[in-house]
Amino acid sequence: MAAVIPERLQEHHHGAHTGLMRWITTTNHKDIGTMYLIFSFVMFLAGGVMALTLRAELFQPGLQVVQPELFNQLTTLHGLVMVFGAIMPAFVGFANWMIPLMIGASDMAFARMNNWSFWLLPPAAILLIGSFFVPGGATAAGWTLYPPLSVQMGMGMDLAIFAVHIMGVSSIMGAINIVVTILNMRAPGMTMMKMPLFCWTWLITAYLLIAVMPVLAGAVTMLLTDRHFGTSFFNAAGGGDPVLYQHIFWFFGHPEVYIMILPAFGIVSQIIPTFARKPLFGYASMVYATSSIAILSFIVWAHHMFTTGMPAAGQLFFMYATMLIAVPTGVKVFNWVATMWRGSMTFETPMLFAVGFIFVFTMGGFTGLICAIAPVDIQIHDTYYVVAHFHYVLVAGSLFALFAGAYYWLPKWTGHMPDERIGKLHFWCSIVFFNVTFFPMHFLGLAGMPRRVPDYALQFADFNALATIGAFGFGLSQLIFLWAVIKCVRGGEKAAARSWESAEGLEWTVPSPAPHHTFEEAPVVR
Amino acid sequence: MSLSGRLAVAVASSLASFSAAAQSRYNFQEPVTEIAGQIYDLHILMLIICLVIFIGVFGVMFWSVFHHRKSRGAVAANFHENTTVEIVWTVVPVLILVGMAWPATRTILEMKDTSGADITIKATGYQWKWGYDYLQGEGEGIRFVSNLATPRDQIEGRAEKGEHYLLEVDNPVVVPVGKRIRLLLTANDVIHAWWVPAFGVKQDAIPGFIRDTWFQADKEGVYRGVCAELCGRDHAYMPIEVHVVSADAYSAWVAQQGPRQPAVEAEAETEAETEAETEAEADAEVGTSDESKPAGV
Ligand code: HEM
Ligand SMILES: [Cu+2]
Ligand SMILES: [Cu+2]
Repeated sequence: MAAVIPERLQEHHHGAHTGLMRWITTTNHKDIGTMYLIFSFVMFLAGGVMALTLRAELFQPGLQVVQPELFNQLTTLHGLVMVFGAIMPAFVGFANWMIPLMIGASDMAFARMNNWSFWLLPPAAILLIGSFFVPGGATAAGWTLYPPLSVQMGMGMDLAIFAVHIMGVSSIMGAINIVVTILNMRAPGMTMMKMPLFCWTWLITAYLLIAVMPVLAGAVTMLLTDRHFGTSFFNAAGGGDPVLYQHIFWFFGHPEVYIMILPAFGIVSQIIPTFARKPLFGYASMVYATSSIAILSFIVWAHHMFTTGMPAAGQLFFMYATMLIAVPTGVKVFNWVATMWRGSMTFETPMLFAVGFIFVFTMGGFTGLICAIAPVDIQIHDTYYVVAHFHYVLVAGSLFALFAGAYYWLPKWTGHMPDERIGKLHFWCSIVFFNVTFFPMHFLGLAGMPRRVPDYALQFADFNALATIGAFGFGLSQLIFLWAVIKCVRGGEKAAARSWESAEGLEWTVPSPAPHHTFEEAPVVR
Repeated sequence: MSLSGRLAVAVASSLASFSAAAQSRYNFQEPVTEIAGQIYDLHILMLIICLVIFIGVFGVMFWSVFHHRKSRGAVAANFHENTTVEIVWTVVPVLILVGMAWPATRTILEMKDTSGADITIKATGYQWKWGYDYLQGEGEGIRFVSNLATPRDQIEGRAEKGEHYLLEVDNPVVVPVGKRIRLLLTANDVIHAWWVPAFGVKQDAIPGFIRDTWFQADKEGVYRGVCAELCGRDHAYMPIEVHVVSADAYSAWVAQQGPRQPAVEAEAETEAETEAETEAEADAEVGTSDESKPAGV
């Protein structure tokens, strides 16, 4: 199978287009990967500006910077932009760039669909960001878009629904592409259990995406018809139920959080062995752990709904199931630590981010476990404790893994080694400011500060001030990353094909930077 | 306060001792119900277990980070699996989880048992205030709306913020100490959530549906909470204030409410209320905060 594809690809070798048209019409997985990565970074900055506006308002009690209406719009769009605009596309960018290189394929299976799935994203982003400027402003119902509140919103809500539809289509197409590429286009000899872990985690993620993105699309479509076409799926007066929406949303939502973390696990599992100069510990158990996490993620959704008033049996079931997820998650952490154990480690920037990831992500895992205990969650649900939890897993988890991966593969993408001094500065600033921002939020949540509020009682003032200072530090630190990347693209130490001393995998057998077309002749894996 | 001043305060307070006096800064508020007490203890238990695992795992990791470095001449070993170890670190966590689930299950079952109420109160969430109806038990028939009492000037920075900024209401809920209060929750427009941390109660108020929960406060005092579900513009401005008072003070409060019951509610007055009228002595706190009770929803 794999051998057939390369010949066909020869046809559009360096297509006729140059300049902008090259990017609009490209079907090359590397070009598309690059576009995904740039897009997601732009979205990351946009979401970051929103977050800093929120933090500026929260610097002191009282209303100073924005009014509650705008505050709620910013909270909502910050969440939507970061989840759907920054984190998810960034991982798809990595998948595009790296999966073909890792499995020895010449390109993604459906090259033209690949182009389409990327180019759907900018219009979706324009709908989302543009919704600030329509009458009534953007939707202010929170990224979870719970009705009836979301039904009350103005047309900004409709734009958000369409944006979610479009991004969902894009994700599904991207996921199908990844599944087919991985299943059909591996080089001869690359059996499933020889595949780099990044491909495994992405394969499983892609199945999750295919399973749950349609569910989200269904949920927001029902919102749309409730809003405009007289249905009452979520309206008790018409025989519906607002809580039904929450069940549907979280049936998507919980797998979604694993969609955002499994590829991160994959990246970290590539990096740790390289810099520990030792094979990954427990490869097979990593694959099984990832699969069990994915399967369990379908039966835990109502842990986001303990306060809706489920029957005791429901609370117990979802509590037990959620606690169970901690087991495979723990296995992963133990495996990484065992990989480092008795290695011969060096700490270049990718490794710093990977080790930082393990350390800080695990704290998020622990707070997840604490949230899983239903009676405790009754107290901390919808407080800053949850805000702390998910930023530990998403920022220190997903985002740090993305940074780790970016520094790791930048030599392959650009042909230059990233500047270690700048990279390390970026790491230390990020991890320190991250903790200054989010650690105090645990205390705020425990002591009773609800989330999604523009104003708060006086006893929360000190920690909020601290968190705001940390947030600005964190935000500015990300410009260091931009600097590191631009510097690396422009020049720097030439990277060898195998850019890191003991990096393993097919991607390190092609030159750096990777030429436009690679593996036109499928390599053979022993 | 200047930025550096705030920073100094924040840093100093983070470093301050974790003493009992500071507990509501770093931990749950002091519990005043049995359930909240159990939740408090569960959380401490979880924290300790997590801390022990954390120290274990990261002790190993950082030991490795410092010793197994190339710069220290470490030579990489080549092992990459060990079935025994892998089984152990799958099974042991399962056992630990069972240990956590056991007490949590007990608490859930108790929280969910709303039977045997002395007094039943219905709370209705509105954008952005709470309405209360005393449905059953002493005080039956009392209804009022509870609004944020913090003046707009404080919110917008034109006046000094008071001690209970954003946590004060015009008409607090009043309940007797040591009595089982069943709370029915619903909402008029969007979903809200009724949350009083010291009681360990947080329950969504869902329009078109009724959910119930309960609490029994064992200590007199004023307990404050907030709406805990995003409900639109003034979500941050619909607090909850509950006065837990002695049985006598409660009866006096009920007596005071009596004449102002709305006519729409055709229900007969309870004997409890007429009895209570003779109890002239009102708790000072409750007495004063009642002066401006409105006539109903
Ligand atoms: C050990 C694994 C984990 C467990 C047991 C866990 C458990 C939970 C629970 C029970 C909640 C609900 C808290 C509440 O709203 O009251 C929650 C919220 C959340 N978790 Fe996790 N979690 C885990 C890992 C993760 C990971 C890996 C991610 C994403 C990368 C994640 C992202 C989130 C998000 C985004 C929310 C909040 C959603 C919202 O309400 O807006 N969690 N988690
Ligand atoms: Cu979840
Ligand atoms: Cu609210």
